[in-house]
Amino acid sequence: MIPYPFTYHRAGSLAEAETILKASPEAKLLAGGQTLIAAMKMRLAQPSDLIDISGLKELSFIRAAGDAIVIGAGTRHFEVAISAEVNRLIPALAHLAESIGDPAVRHMGMLGGSLANNDPAADYPAAVLGLDATIRTQRRSIAADDFFTGMFSTALDEGEIVTEVSFPVSARAAYAKFPNPASRYAMAGVFVAKTKSGVRVAVTGAGPCVFRVPEMEAALAADFTPHAIAGIEINAADLNSDIHGSAEYRANLVGVMARRAVAAAQ
Amino acid sequence: MAAVSLTVNAKPVSLETEDRTLLVYFLREQLGLTGTHIGCDTGQCGACVVHVDGRAVKSCTMFAVQAAGSDVVTIEGLARDGKLHPVQEAFRENHGLQCGFCTPGMIMTAVDMIRRIPVLDRATIRAELEGNICRCTGYHNIVSSIEDAARRMDAESKGVAA
Repeated sequence: MIPYPFTYHRAGSLAEAETILKASPEAKLLAGGQTLIAAMKMRLAQPSDLIDISGLKELSFIRAAGDAIVIGAGTRHFEVAISAEVNRLIPALAHLAESIGDPAVRHMGMLGGSLANNDPAADYPAAVLGLDATIRTQRRSIAADDFFTGMFSTALDEGEIVTEVSFPVSARAAYAKFPNPASRYAMAGVFVAKTKSGVRVAVTGAGPCVFRVPEMEAALAADFTPHAIAGIEINAADLNSDIHGSAEYRANLVGVMARRAVAAAQ
Repeated sequence: MAAVSLTVNAKPVSLETEDRTLLVYFLREQLGLTGTHIGCDTGQCGACVVHVDGRAVKSCTMFAVQAAGSDVVTIEGLARDGKLHPVQEAFRENHGLQCGFCTPGMIMTAVDMIRRIPVLDRATIRAELEGNICRCTGYHNIVSSIEDAARRMDAESKGVAA
C-alpha cells in the first residue's frame, strides 16, 4: 500500500518542528509512526508534510522526580517497559508498556504519539488517566482529566506538542486488559491505582474514549478488594459495539478486568 | 524525492527515493533484497521484520527516509562467509518452516529476542512472537528452532562446542 505523497522533514529541535508545523497547516508530526503510517497507507490520512520528531534527544528520557516519574514524549514503549526506574516505582506502568502491540511495534512507538492520537483502544491513556498524570506541552501543563476529550481527540491546540508526562508514583496499581484475539488491541483494558487524590479506575478499549468509573472508585476507596466492586454494573449505552463484541459484552468485560486489576494491585 | 544514505548489511547505500517510499519497498525494489517479505502490509504479520540500529522493526511501517543514517540488517545480512547464522541453521535443522514465507521475519525477530533476553523459555518465545504470523503449520517447530538457536549461541559465546 502506498500513501499519498508528502514532504518529509527531520526536525533538529523542538523549535524547528514548531516552525515547520506553523508554516504548513496540513502537516503532521511523526513520532513512532506505528498508527499514523498505517493510516496513511490506508489513505485515511493525507498530511502534506511529515515532521519527524522521533530523533529529538530532548524528548527521550525517563527520570524520577520526587514522588513522580517524568517520561519524555519521545520515549519508546520498550524503553518504558525495561526501565529499572519505572519497574521500581510504578511497575504497573512498565507492565502496561510491555503489553502494547508486539516487540517490533514497541521498538518504534512513543508515549507522546500514543497520547496525542488518543485511539479508543490505546493502552497509555488508561495509565495516564488512572495515575492522574500531568501532560506537559511546550506551552502548558494539562491534567489527565482534561486531556482526553473524545474519540481521537484531545485538549491539544493547533501546533501544540506533547513534550513529557509526569506520572505520580503508585505502588498499588495494575492494568488488566482483554485483547482482541486477532488484532490484540484492548477490547477492554482497566487501569486501577491508589493515588494521592484517591483510588482511580480508568477504562480503555470499551468506549469511544478512555473514561473513569466513579462508582468503582468510591467502592474501592472504602475497600480495596475485587469483592468491593463485584456488584457494580457498567452502563452499556455509552460503549462500543462491533463485530468483535456487543456493548453489553464489553460492559461485562470492564467489570472482569477491573476485578483482575484490583487483585493484581494487592 | 530525496537521496537516502544508510548502511544495509554492512554496505553503504545512497539512493534517490520518494519520501513516501516504505523501507520494505526500498529494500525489495530499489536494492533487490527480496528476502524481506510483504505479507499483510498492515503491520501485523511480521514478514517484513528487519533490524534498524540493532532493533527489530516492521519495515512496512517505516519510511526509507526515516532510516537515513541508520544501520539496517536484513535476512540477507545474517550469514557470514557462506556460513548460516546459528538461528538460520537451527530453523533448518528443526524444520522451523513449511512454505517459508514468514521465515525471514521469524528469523529476524528470533535474532533480536535472543540478543535481548538472556534466558528464553518456550512461553517467553511464544510471547515474543506475538507480532509474527505463520499460516502453515503453527508455531511448534518455530519455537523449538529459537530455543535450540538460543542454546547454541549461548554455548558459542561461552566457548563450548555446541
